[in-house]
Amino acid sequence: MKRLLLFLPLVIAVSLGIFLAAGIGKDPTKLESARIGKPVPAFSLESLNNSTQLLNETVLKGEVALLNVWAEWCPSCWDEHEYLMRLSKEKGVRIVGLNYKDQRETAFSFLDRLGNPYDEIIFDPKGSLGFDLGVYGAPETFVIDADGIVRYRHVGVVNQRVWEEVLQPVIQKAKGNS
Amino acid sequence: MYPELGQVSLILALLLALLLSGVPLAGALTGRDSLQAFARPLASGMFVFTGLAFAILTHAFMVDDFSVAYVANNSNSMLPWFYKFSAVWGGHEGSLLLWILMLTGWTLAVAVFSRRLPSTMVSQVLSVMGMVCVGFFLFIILTSNPFDRLLPNIPADGQDLNPLLQDIGLIVHPPMLYMGYVGFSVAFAFALAALINGRLDAAWARWSRPWTTVAWSFLTIGIALGSWWAYYELGWGGWWFWDPVENASLLPWLSGTALMHSLAVTEKRGVFKSWTVLLAIVTFALSLLGTFLVRSGVLTSVHAFASDPERGTFLLALLGITVVGSLSLYAFRAPVVHVRSRYGSMSREIFLLLNNVLLVTATLLVAIGTLYPLILDYLDMGKLSIGEPFFNTTFSPLAVAAGLLLGAGVFSRWKKTDGGWLGRKLLWPLALSLTASAAVILVYGAFKPWAFVGVFTAIWVAVATLWDLWDKSASRQGRLYGLKRQSRSYWGMVLGHLGVAMVMAGATVVSNYGIERDVRMVPGDSAMVGDYEIVFTYIGNRRGANFTAQYGSFDVLLNGEKISVLHPEKRNYPVGMSVMTEADIDGGLFRDIFVAIGERISDEAWAIRLQYKPLIRWLWLGALVMAIGGFLAISDKRYRIRAKNQVKVADSSPKVGSTQATGATS
Amino acid sequence: MRYIQGALLLLILCAFGAQAEVREVYDFETRAEEQRYQNLIAELRCPKCQNQNIADSNAPISKDMRDQVYRLMKNGATNDEIVGDLVGRFGEFVQYKPPVDRRTILLWAFPAIAVIGGVLIVIGVAVRSGRRDQDESALSPEEQARVRKMLAEKDQSPRD
Repeated sequence: MKRLLLFLPLVIAVSLGIFLAAGIGKDPTKLESARIGKPVPAFSLESLNNSTQLLNETVLKGEVALLNVWAEWCPSCWDEHEYLMRLSKEKGVRIVGLNYKDQRETAFSFLDRLGNPYDEIIFDPKGSLGFDLGVYGAPETFVIDADGIVRYRHVGVVNQRVWEEVLQPVIQKAKGNS
Repeated sequence: MYPELGQVSLILALLLALLLSGVPLAGALTGRDSLQAFARPLASGMFVFTGLAFAILTHAFMVDDFSVAYVANNSNSMLPWFYKFSAVWGGHEGSLLLWILMLTGWTLAVAVFSRRLPSTMVSQVLSVMGMVCVGFFLFIILTSNPFDRLLPNIPADGQDLNPLLQDIGLIVHPPMLYMGYVGFSVAFAFALAALINGRLDAAWARWSRPWTTVAWSFLTIGIALGSWWAYYELGWGGWWFWDPVENASLLPWLSGTALMHSLAVTEKRGVFKSWTVLLAIVTFALSLLGTFLVRSGVLTSVHAFASDPERGTFLLALLGITVVGSLSLYAFRAPVVHVRSRYGSMSREIFLLLNNVLLVTATLLVAIGTLYPLILDYLDMGKLSIGEPFFNTTFSPLAVAAGLLLGAGVFSRWKKTDGGWLGRKLLWPLALSLTASAAVILVYGAFKPWAFVGVFTAIWVAVATLWDLWDKSASRQGRLYGLKRQSRSYWGMVLGHLGVAMVMAGATVVSNYGIERDVRMVPGDSAMVGDYEIVFTYIGNRRGANFTAQYGSFDVLLNGEKISVLHPEKRNYPVGMSVMTEADIDGGLFRDIFVAIGERISDEAWAIRLQYKPLIRWLWLGALVMAIGGFLAISDKRYRIRAKNQVKVADSSPKVGSTQATGATS
Repeated sequence: MRYIQGALLLLILCAFGAQAEVREVYDFETRAEEQRYQNLIAELRCPKCQNQNIADSNAPISKDMRDQVYRLMKNGATNDEIVGDLVGRFGEFVQYKPPVDRRTILLWAFPAIAVIGGVLIVIGVAVRSGRRDQDESALSPEEQARVRKMLAEKDQSPRD
């Protein structure tokens, strides 16, 4: 009986090892958004293209859409842009842009260089909507369903792999539900 | 040419390690002295070849051989020579090589200093050390070769050493820390050897004890240096952040502290053997866990090396083999039979057992706090952060409890202590401590309950320790004679406990009475921090060896009198394109004044961080005192003289050994 | 080579990220308010950084979060409300003090459980040892023989 007790440290160590093994290769800096299952926060911000036009949260309603947070100063945004163009042009995905802590001129020069995949672009120079959404660094991409509810948040570059393995299934599900 | 030679010597060292892990053990198990005789030469050879590899890597740094990838990534031709030297262990591969160099160094030390031990014991211990070496040689050769070349495109210059690491703190911190981590492998090897041959007795505890103490002392210094380095180099004036990597170094320290005390009981009274041997295994396992956490990227930390899943998997496998192997051996071989030694409920044995309960709880608390986010994430229960507020709330009461117990424990006697006598004995120290703590709190002003408890605990530990010293040194030939008569190991204990008191005092006072201010200043402005007035006089530029800097000049005034001038800097390292804040500190035994410059707010105005840190140096001084205590204890002559007797005892008591072996299987 | 680049990038990021910056300066009416602010920002974690609180990190997001803490303080929010607001945006990850709930009760209760359990075990050991003291005959003859052997062993080994 007492001998069994001596096996206790071994059992604890092995179970701990399982957790450690599971942790390898996972990126501990990836966070799930706190807004999942909640509506996009109310906002009223200018459209990037038209400073007299005010956009609000209804711009994200009616159809499942991607909300892509980007800025000219963000190097990874340059990397993912080409794939966003493909998503919008070839796959017909509705993408709404959130121009985050940027300036109009630099944003325009970015779009002139790389093209514009966005249905609509929200201009958020102070990052206030970004802050409300819990954005902690561009690029981030949210999946918003037809009711304007946040379904998913992806931090980092969107590419073929991310689209196929992560975003597309979420979008399918969001479409199915609404 | 040289780098390849380095790699070859690593491979040769691996081969020697393989032989070391098999041949002497086989000799010990079959009783063949001819095989056991290989142990010492193999240990020496392993050390020589590892040393050669290390020397070659150092040489590559010194001559700026940027064809070696590791050198190109961690050095630069503009780097001053001493940073080139310390850059050898500035990255993953080189620091791993340093780790291994120390492991082989400890192995050699065991081979050299164990001449009086029975040869079977030495063979088994060295073989276990050899096995650990094999694992790490495989790790470095297969996943982290420091001699990889960048051929044929040799970079013109290196990428530079991270400026944070260009500091005296980094030259000494990792070697000390690794000496500690790796040093626990000796206690581990002794534990396994004792489990293998079934001689888990007082003699085993006596042999393990000095090795454990010396490793613990190095680790203490290493942790203190890391804390000191973070304090002045990271630039924000904190001294402990409960970062996973810091926790990783605290884990083996806490369990190593428990081990030292438990070894004392096992050596002196022959009890708690199974417990002590488990602690020896766990302490080294925690050292390995720390290495894994730092180098695998499973946890986020400021200090972690670049994460690499392949290395992480390899290290985990290494950790798994070591832990599963040793704990299985433990489960099958550790004695369950009770040594029916008699001790009363107030005996020193019981006090030390309670000390172990607290230290092990603290160890587990830090381990659980560090790993809990990982476990929750695995179970998909969300991502949590566990940091300073959690540890401060849960760890401090344990520290206080351990301190209070310590004060009573130093007066207790082996076997039996009369409760009433002990109570009376404690009365005066208690009164003295309470008065002294009240006085200290008055000096610092505001009464805060936790500050009082912490200060009281620190003073209580110090008073009890010194009181006991006073009692013990009473002598007819005078006090001085009495003091001299005390053994070095007793003095070691006194210093160790005084060091604990200092750390507790420093931690309590600085966290309760420290002041942090962020102020906006233009040259000519002055600001108060505590009783000190800081005057910003001017801002200037200067050029260093491999950086340019803007520096501010600040006068520190106390009661209108200038006591020092500080020059905090903002450095710009062009090679790595990084900006660094160098704080400047007016240090003192009772307080530090810390000034750092930050962002320029406008043309004239700067954001300035001012801090008043009372007693902060006591943290590191206390750790130093503890470590000195440890070194003093192992220099005690009884370890040398008694060792001789031990050989006789151990050799003449095979019957006892076999009794225990039967006890173990029953 | 890829790893090396990755390592390098991380190193550079660290050099920026780990560096403390004295932050923008806020006005507080009392020293107590200033201290409260300092305590709050020390308990909130920067979501972008390796492992830093928003007091020590100079990432842009940390500045936004500090601004928010300051703004909410000025509006008279309590500490819980301020932490709750930021947790609502960024998730539980940003609080260094994990909430006490079903998932973390084990974590919070652990020290107490361990100490109580440990002390009970020690009491058990002490009581058993004391009982042996008075009641040696409770041992079986076999056990007694073993004890004698053990004691003989102990007498052989030197003591201080």
